[in-house]
Amino acid sequence: MMSKIVRTMASFLILFVLIYGLYIIMHGHSTPGGGFQGGAVVASGVALLIVAFGSHSIHRSLLERRLSILISIGLLIFIGLAFGGMAKTFFYNFLVGSPIFGHIPPSGPNPGEMSSGGVIPIMDIGVGLNVAGGLSAILLVMALATTVMEVEE
Amino acid sequence: MRKIAIAVSLSIFIGFLIATAFLIHPFGYPPSEMDDYIIENTQSETGANNAVTAVIFDYRGFDTLGEATILFTAVTGVVMLFRAKKKREK
Amino acid sequence: MTQGIPFNVPFLAVAALIGIAFYIIVSQRNLIKLVMGLSILASGVNLFLITLGYREGGVAPIYTHAPAGIMVLPVPQALTLTSIVIAVACLALMLSMVVHIYRHTGSTDSEKSRIMKG
Repeated sequence: MMSKIVRTMASFLILFVLIYGLYIIMHGHSTPGGGFQGGAVVASGVALLIVAFGSHSIHRSLLERRLSILISIGLLIFIGLAFGGMAKTFFYNFLVGSPIFGHIPPSGPNPGEMSSGGVIPIMDIGVGLNVAGGLSAILLVMALATTVMEVEE
Repeated sequence: MRKIAIAVSLSIFIGFLIATAFLIHPFGYPPSEMDDYIIENTQSETGANNAVTAVIFDYRGFDTLGEATILFTAVTGVVMLFRAKKKREK
Repeated sequence: MTQGIPFNVPFLAVAALIGIAFYIIVSQRNLIKLVMGLSILASGVNLFLITLGYREGGVAPIYTHAPAGIMVLPVPQALTLTSIVIAVACLALMLSMVVHIYRHTGSTDSEKSRIMKG
């Protein structure tokens, strides 16, 4: 638990960190970014909260059980989409060329053109959930365990 | 004795590393047939502008599947290790 | 050869990183220092993959606002991205195991603690 200034600024900054992470996850197919990077940014927001508020007060509302649900949902989205292309091969991008998500952008630099990479944005969301939940769970559990050890000594 | 063995094996290994650093292709000019194909056909095959994301999720999806599995296993291991400790304290 | 950087200097940096990491791994006995050595080894491998994929004067392989010119290779960058996340996960697992060994045996020396002898 840090001072009041740090706590106020952390509760203000966490909004921007989370929105930036979600932006990186959602725009992974057309700008620099993707599921891993955005998930790491979201997990760094959780690290900011842990540093500012202390791991015990964070653990009251952010249990690692719920984070593991997040990880499992992300993995299920990813593997389900991988099985979705099973008509041709595993991991076949079956949405490219379909009428909904299948708009293929013109080759070369194309600012302003909508590039929807088939299953790639949805896989981005799945892997983003997986990485964000996983790294947050690791940070939270390790912070909790080391705090307990400090109290013991 | 142990220090001598460490020194000999490490110097051989680092010698191989440095020799490889000089024998590898010159920095900035890699052989790139596969990557040229991916750069050419990313937009027409996957519809994504970002070639790195296209490689991660489309061309080499199995790597990402293994990576997600490793992350899941590591998280499970960390949570299991620290939860067992907490129960014993009470 | 490249104009700015002669003699494959990035590959020599990779060799130095991996050499330092192996020296730490075989010479140190403190488990925390062993984990540090493995982390440096992971950094060396990441740097090797990135330098392997660099092309002279290339831009990032993203077409949205790409300037004209050649692009660097995308496959090593994708592998590096995978490698970073795996390195972080394995680092967390190793550190939690070190914490457990310290709690059980009271030391992080790999030769003093009885369960690590072998």
